[in-house]
Amino acid sequence: MKRILNLKINGTACEDAVADNMLLIDYLRDQKGLTGTKQGCDGGECGACTVLVDGKPRLACVTLAHDCAGTEIETIEGQQRNGRLSALQRAFHENLGTQCGFCTPGMIIAAEALLRRNPDPDDDAIKRALGGNLCRCTGYIKIIRSVRAAAAMMARDAA
Amino acid sequence: MTDAMPAFSLLHPETLDDALLALSTTAESRALAGGTDLIVNMRRGLVEAPKLVSLARVPELQRFETTENGLVLGAGVTLADIADSTLVREYYPALAQAAESVAGHTHRQVATLGGNLCQDTRCLYYNQSHWLRKSNDFCLKYRGEICHVAPRGKRCRAAYCGDIAPALLVHDAELTLAGPEGTRQLKLRDFFNEDGAQSTRLKPQEIIVSVLLRAPRGKSAYGKIRQRGAIDFPLAGVAVLADSRKQQTAFTIALTGTNSCPILLNNLPSLGGPAEADGYFNALSKTVQKSVSPQRTTTIAAHYRRLSIAALAARLARQLWEEGRP
Repeated sequence: MKRILNLKINGTACEDAVADNMLLIDYLRDQKGLTGTKQGCDGGECGACTVLVDGKPRLACVTLAHDCAGTEIETIEGQQRNGRLSALQRAFHENLGTQCGFCTPGMIIAAEALLRRNPDPDDDAIKRALGGNLCRCTGYIKIIRSVRAAAAMMARDAA
Repeated sequence: MTDAMPAFSLLHPETLDDALLALSTTAESRALAGGTDLIVNMRRGLVEAPKLVSLARVPELQRFETTENGLVLGAGVTLADIADSTLVREYYPALAQAAESVAGHTHRQVATLGGNLCQDTRCLYYNQSHWLRKSNDFCLKYRGEICHVAPRGKRCRAAYCGDIAPALLVHDAELTLAGPEGTRQLKLRDFFNEDGAQSTRLKPQEIIVSVLLRAPRGKSAYGKIRQRGAIDFPLAGVAVLADSRKQQTAFTIALTGTNSCPILLNNLPSLGGPAEADGYFNALSKTVQKSVSPQRTTTIAAHYRRLSIAALAARLARQLWEEGRP
């Protein structure tokens, strides 16, 4: 059965008829065309589908769309501001934190959640926050370096 | 690639009474908390439920308060909130450590206390795609007639892998349960069954409402062994409580990941003085080895899990004893 679902995605209010059994990832990708959120393991093990729900990281592949009614969702598509990449996106680009790129949206969103609650994380905090995100190119060192660079960039911009 | 999600209706009751009513009107309905276990299993075709009752908006399940009896934690409190709580960290460190060790940071934002206690048992032959299970003629736990782990056995050997249960067991937690027949209290130690197909004693349509932790009787710690430092379920998990009085230290140990339910060892002999320590912890390790029966439910050898859980238990116990010495 479909019911009306109201929520905000990247700042835009949405109202859609959504089936009770629809997962957030299918809603975002198939119904909203937001294919930046990746479908990896499809079982909550890889973190590629990480999105922010009311500022907290959530795995879209194990979340029902209707469980997000009334919330504000942020995906990788919402990270840029006026056509300019976010600090994390720039840092991943400049530090080669992206290899094949499949895990990158999930990594950036999980890192975004971390930097919002801890603007100056050490490597250990970064590893813990990204512990649920797998990179099969195994480029973890550059990913951690990118998050550190983004934190420095944000501190510089704020100063 | 996507396993199709089976059809179901989803309800969002906003009081405990409404949630219990919603659960009781359909026999096959299931309670949904964080979904990190249930949704995955539904997608793999391991659970069929025409109706899911989300408990996310039930305020009675969100309690996190100190009462005259002790700390009351609602079943819907997230593992992230438990891991971050200074109160839990100080008085029930094993619980905070166990909560922090569950899955990854993102899972813990939604995974709940009650959901973790009730999580389904796991096995190499069960947590697989429909295609793989079908090619194996399914298994005793679900739709099949043979346990591929112990083919001559009569019961399912899937392993209970919850991290929270042992931490609560050493602190002798009590549960409040609610269902169609009313509310009841149950010690956590009486909550589990040694049966992989039915590892809890919850009655149909019954749910955990809250967990009560009385004043702690000592210092506790939790440790686990797994293949990677995050996400993985425990191959073996150990909670230890050390209660030191004068020269005597009494230990309570609870184990997870090796059997179809967590195991509580609470009649262990006490440790006297430092002179006895080496012998004592060796004997403790042997006792733990004899208490568990890991099976071939993971890709890691059962014997390795038996040895490692014993070593981990002895190491944690010694650590707590050394920290607690005057």
